[in-house]
Amino acid sequence: MAEPVIVVGAGPAGTRAAQRLLQAGLRPVVIDENERQGGQIYRRQPENFIRPAEKLYGTEAARARALHADFESLRPHIDYRPGTTVWGVADEGLLSVRGSAITVQPFSAIIIASGATDRIMPLPGWTTPGVYSLGASQIALKAQACAIGGTPVFMGTGPLLYLVAWQYLRAGVTPAAVLDTSSLATRLRGLRGMMSRARVVVNGVRYMADLMRAGVKLHAGITPQRIEGREDGVTGVLWQDSRGRLRRTACDAVGTGYGLRAETQLADLLKCDFMFDRRFTQWRPQVDLDGRTSRQDVYLAGDGVLLRGADAAEAAGRLAACALLQDRTLPVATDEIEGLRGVIATMDRFAGGLAGAFPWPAHLAAALPDETVVCRCENVTAGDIRHAATALDSPEINRAKALMRPGMGRCQGRMCGLAAAEILAAARGVPVEQVGRIRTAAPLKPLPLDCRITP
Amino acid sequence: MNAFAREPARADVIIVGGGFMGAATAFFLRTHGLSVILLERDLIGQAASGTNFGNVRRQGRYLPQLPLANRSRDIWGRLPELIGEDAEFLPGGHIRVTTRAEDGARLEQYARDCKPWGLDLTMMTGDQARAMFPMVGPDIHTVSYSPHDGHANPRLAAPAFGRAARRAGAQVVEQTEVTSIMKDSVDFIIETKDGGRYHAPLLQISSGAWGRSMAASFGEDVPMAPQGPQMGVTEPLPYRIQPVIGSASSVTEEGVYLRQVKRGNIVFGGGRRSSADLVTKRARLDPMNTLRQMPHLARLVPAMARLRVIRTWSGVEGYVQDSLPIMGPSDRVSGLFYAFGFCGHGFQLGPGVGATMAELIATGQTDIPLEPFHVGRFQRNMEHRDAP
Ligand SMILES: Cc1cc2nc3c(=O)[nH]c(=O)nc-3n(C[C@H](O)[C@H](O)[C@H](O)COP(=O)(O)OP(=O)(O)OC[C@H]3O[C@@H](n4cnc5c(N)ncnc54)[C@H](O)[C@@H]3O)c2cc1C
Repeated sequence: MAEPVIVVGAGPAGTRAAQRLLQAGLRPVVIDENERQGGQIYRRQPENFIRPAEKLYGTEAARARALHADFESLRPHIDYRPGTTVWGVADEGLLSVRGSAITVQPFSAIIIASGATDRIMPLPGWTTPGVYSLGASQIALKAQACAIGGTPVFMGTGPLLYLVAWQYLRAGVTPAAVLDTSSLATRLRGLRGMMSRARVVVNGVRYMADLMRAGVKLHAGITPQRIEGREDGVTGVLWQDSRGRLRRTACDAVGTGYGLRAETQLADLLKCDFMFDRRFTQWRPQVDLDGRTSRQDVYLAGDGVLLRGADAAEAAGRLAACALLQDRTLPVATDEIEGLRGVIATMDRFAGGLAGAFPWPAHLAAALPDETVVCRCENVTAGDIRHAATALDSPEINRAKALMRPGMGRCQGRMCGLAAAEILAAARGVPVEQVGRIRTAAPLKPLPLDCRITP
Repeated sequence: MNAFAREPARADVIIVGGGFMGAATAFFLRTHGLSVILLERDLIGQAASGTNFGNVRRQGRYLPQLPLANRSRDIWGRLPELIGEDAEFLPGGHIRVTTRAEDGARLEQYARDCKPWGLDLTMMTGDQARAMFPMVGPDIHTVSYSPHDGHANPRLAAPAFGRAARRAGAQVVEQTEVTSIMKDSVDFIIETKDGGRYHAPLLQISSGAWGRSMAASFGEDVPMAPQGPQMGVTEPLPYRIQPVIGSASSVTEEGVYLRQVKRGNIVFGGGRRSSADLVTKRARLDPMNTLRQMPHLARLVPAMARLRVIRTWSGVEGYVQDSLPIMGPSDRVSGLFYAFGFCGHGFQLGPGVGATMAELIATGQTDIPLEPFHVGRFQRNMEHRDAP
């Protein structure tokens, strides 16, 4: 086949996919939005920064180093395009932009390894300056050695909550508190699935122990009430503890997130079939064990389709590449495929356990006060979405969007879409999958109007 | 409603298709006191009526269509009193601009010709236009200004008419696809996908791009094909651009247009259209077309070059060979009326079409000239020719 395979994303999944393709003699195009390879978990600091991997990646330093080193050895043999955002799909090829230079890249197949972002739950006050997603809190630290504040609160749920708090602690910033909506009982219930990867559980427990030893209060089963602040920033968090008592924690920043949401928009633009994944309570492209989608030239790997974490992503990237090679009747040992599937199956049990231990608190969305801003791009409140649901009789999220604008702004619902759907579903009294998902449209990210096609 | 009832539902009038045309007709039929059932496959105003550019423009229209457009413009200005909301109608004017002398001459001619039809335009040089609308680019040298045209929010207008019709007593049935239309000696018999049956002595087909096969089933085929105009919107910035700005170029790709909504975003469209599919109900947005639009937009309003596009879309619209809609009574079947195939310019007409069709259906006549839109106008050619 004359046209190349494009790998979108150069995190763990994309890197391993590219590596495997190269091993088979294909020379993939690797397009990545970041200036440097590594993805989110193994995000690299700018070239002239010199903090050691141990400091940046903690227990995962060896894996990070290996992934970076392997990628460096691929670089001369692949067509690597950093700092480049894929934004559309045309008959002529995949459209990407760097600055204002557009590239139209024909392809014979695409492996999408576009990762995930935080799943956000709006809250009164969440648009106050000083509120960040957990991912952004981590990027600030990893890429720039900056903290979001001197006494941040980390609030939400999921393992990232503790990891980020711990990373801040290690960087010399003592969090004011870690507030988790998941209760201890819920977490214990999820533990069984998680024991498939005892090492990771042990790490998590260690993060918590370190935090507690440093005097950081970890609260479970909380209910967020509001983020308090002034024009110039956050001053505190109001929350209810597991016994229903109202409490206030003073802080100068908040990092928040409730697990992850897969970045699935490119698969949607490519018209892959989607399904509602009950475990992760979100829509995602339909894939087989190895990452094949409903479209024969599109494969998916990593958190961009199934939220199973970095180790699984490496295996899934490789496996998607194997699937592609197999589909081209290139030789792939069944052992390799079986081995990778085995690795992923373990991770998958673990991910299922995690999703159970740190569930998405959909009920919080349903309970948001009417005046809470949900879509911050368009300033649409929970009350507006309920109005769309009831007075304007919108049975699904795209109708609500058309009438009241949630998800219509710069981020196209990537931040608020899941919460908006929960609010709509609750107001209609139907399960959330029934209100659908926001349709994807190009450009996937805002596109400069002065851009030009470069050959 | 009534989907599974044994007895068919009946009304004086059934309307098939709840786009702007169907919803507005339903509303105005109620003001004539007729009972109405409106059957919509999806949700009211979700197809062309909800995805269009939002131009409420009269200038540039086919002259004999101006009485209808003028009537519509009058209703646009009275929406709050009629249906209780304004659908964000902003009568900030409309300017057609050119960069070429020959296009300028066409504009001058049109401005003279439309006067007797009740449309007053002001011709301006580029400099005069820039004095009034400083955002207009230096390449623009002739401008035709229609001060009372403007724009509105297409996502809101048709659904608002649908709700108003329902409040006024129309039966508005959504998510109900019409699968068969027949006529016995007195009544039209309509069957829907979910097994519903509806009877009425009067029927309007206003199913937009999907109208052709319905008309054809009564032996009235028309040369019409679906296409998708290409739309987009920028991030918001402070509200400055009052008029809709449209290029009057005779070169297709240069023919872009834009409007700024109060919220601040600039909505744009134009240039090449792309394919649309009646079965999947989707019109393709070709991102290459977005790239083609960009330099021409920046020529109209140079400051736009510094903005970002945040979303693009298209919608399924029916384009008739002579670029005029199918509107008025059937040539063959009494009690049957058509209002479909509005060729990319039906949004402005929506309220006027509703009022005019309701009048025609309820009273058998209207003062608005509909002859040019008559379904029979192709009959003599159709035997030998396929649709475009
Ligand atoms: C992208 C785009 C931009 C445009 N820009 C402008 C503009 O700026 N200004 C302007 O004046 N016009 C514009 N137009 C044109 C305008 O939108 C249309 O002419 C107008 O909305 C047509 O309205 P309608 O009710 O005839 O059709 P539609 O809105 O398409 O409604 C037809 C309805 O019929 C329903 N239907 C079809 N088949 C069945 C069935 N079997 N059973 C039940 N229901 C059925 C459909 O679901 C649909 O809701 C644009 C159109 C598009 C697509």
